[in-house]
Amino acid sequence: MNWTANDFHIILVGGLCAMACALPGTFLLLRRMSMMGDAISHAVLPGLAIAFLISGSRANIWMFLGAAIAGILTALFTQWITRFGKVERGAAMGIVFTTLFAIGLVLIRKAADHVDLDAACVLYGALEYTPLNMVTLFENETSFFAVPRAALVIGATLLFNVLIIALFYKEFKLAAFDPGLAHTLGFRPQFMHYLLMTMVAVTTVAAFEAVGSIIVIAMLIVPPATAFLLTRNLPTLIIVSLIVAVLSAILGQIASHIPPLLGLPDTTSSGMIATTAGFLFLLAWLFGPEGLIKKQSKQLEIPHFD
Amino acid sequence: MRPEHPPEFPLAVHDLTVAYHRKPVLWDVELNVPKGTLAGIVGPNGAGKSTLLKACLDLIPKTSGEALVYGKPYEHQRDLIAYVPQRESVDWDFPISALDVVTMGTYRKLGWFKRISRSQKQQALEALEKVGISHLAKRQISQLSGGQQQRVFLARALVQEAEIYFMDEPFAAVDAATEQAIIELLQELNSKGKTVLCVHHDLATVSRYFDYLVLLNMRVVASGPTSETFTRENLQKTYGGKLNLLDDVAQALKNVGRS
Repeated sequence: MNWTANDFHIILVGGLCAMACALPGTFLLLRRMSMMGDAISHAVLPGLAIAFLISGSRANIWMFLGAAIAGILTALFTQWITRFGKVERGAAMGIVFTTLFAIGLVLIRKAADHVDLDAACVLYGALEYTPLNMVTLFENETSFFAVPRAALVIGATLLFNVLIIALFYKEFKLAAFDPGLAHTLGFRPQFMHYLLMTMVAVTTVAAFEAVGSIIVIAMLIVPPATAFLLTRNLPTLIIVSLIVAVLSAILGQIASHIPPLLGLPDTTSSGMIATTAGFLFLLAWLFGPEGLIKKQSKQLEIPHFD
Repeated sequence: MRPEHPPEFPLAVHDLTVAYHRKPVLWDVELNVPKGTLAGIVGPNGAGKSTLLKACLDLIPKTSGEALVYGKPYEHQRDLIAYVPQRESVDWDFPISALDVVTMGTYRKLGWFKRISRSQKQQALEALEKVGISHLAKRQISQLSGGQQQRVFLARALVQEAEIYFMDEPFAAVDAATEQAIIELLQELNSKGKTVLCVHHDLATVSRYFDYLVLLNMRVVASGPTSETFTRENLQKTYGGKLNLLDDVAQALKNVGRS
């Protein structure tokens, strides 16, 4: 196995991205809105395209703005269709995100003639190429320290998510557990809802370029879902899902070296990272405290006596 | 200010209509709940009992009309009301402990962004003590029985230190000991001058539990002190010709004499 600095950089970007996704993902999972992550990560595409067509640049600020607006619109449209169309929420989400995604594809084809905004890149990402675009953070005569540019963008997003969750932890917890109470206490659950949707949208865009939407969808849901099998304590759950996210990146990148060793065709890092996350979920499902193995055992649970 | 709804009433409802997709659930509800009553809201399934509470709290949109809390709209009087929703309204698999849930009742006084400190936890623990399950404080909420979950909800309302308590079916599917504990707590609140509104469906206990009664079936059929309102005629008007229910009514009316 030839392990290089590139692998380290890929793990850095993948791990940061996975952690940035796992944070809002935890609250999506708890609000039983896991598919909203899927929906938003697709629906931001027209936001990106329109932002590009209007501004004519791929500057991050425009992309983030376009994506955030598209993300909020997805949540808003879904709510409207559910309420006025008498359609079940899952179906409403399906209608909104496929339509927006399709509009996005059309717009990107339209813009693609004169720009390197590429549909395939949006879907699969280009994790392998992130080490090609480096930023030097620190340099003197004897040494220098450089990281992939994507790591900076995603690191900033992770920091943003950490700050938002730290600031609104109590409010997120309340709005996710009992929106009715949140409302009567004056904590505006609708505001919390759209804040969460904005976090998902912004995270998705930050991750797009580097890792593509497939890994975003996986990382929004799989690490929190895995953690949910292992603990029923919210702070622990958040920490465990961050650990699962990082482990997926590390083990996934290691695993991506294995198929070529066996003479199989090459594989993509982001694909392997997402697959590894799924594999970790499987392990938790089998061997976790409430896992399949435990359930199959004949040993009686020790009853609680109050 | 409307003359028929003077501000001394903890809850005054005027001309309230609520509809889901054009189908009215509540129709032109007029109601004054006097201070210091332990009031039951009683009526058949689908009569709009829960909807009445939710509409007063702005949890669902009103088609017309208004609900006033001591003469002012609810959004200016949030501090005065504690709401206990139906138990099924939340996900009991949520990864938090009983103490966490009760602590949520202190959030309003705490305000945005502020961290939970020892004093909030202490308050929550005292409330759990009051409802008799402080030994379960650290337990994850899915590990609690139905009755214990209802007690957690009640404790959460207690820490809100409100003037008016809105309870949606607090006695639904709880064990007899819990039912007794809850009614004793409600009576204790009542004796301190608090107003309690309670959606209830067990006619057999109405006259024992409540001193004020609102009979509801889309409209307010009758409201007033239980001794005057809980009559065969009013119940028949509320429940219509539902025969199997009328047997319950007969049974309940027999109990009136005994209590």
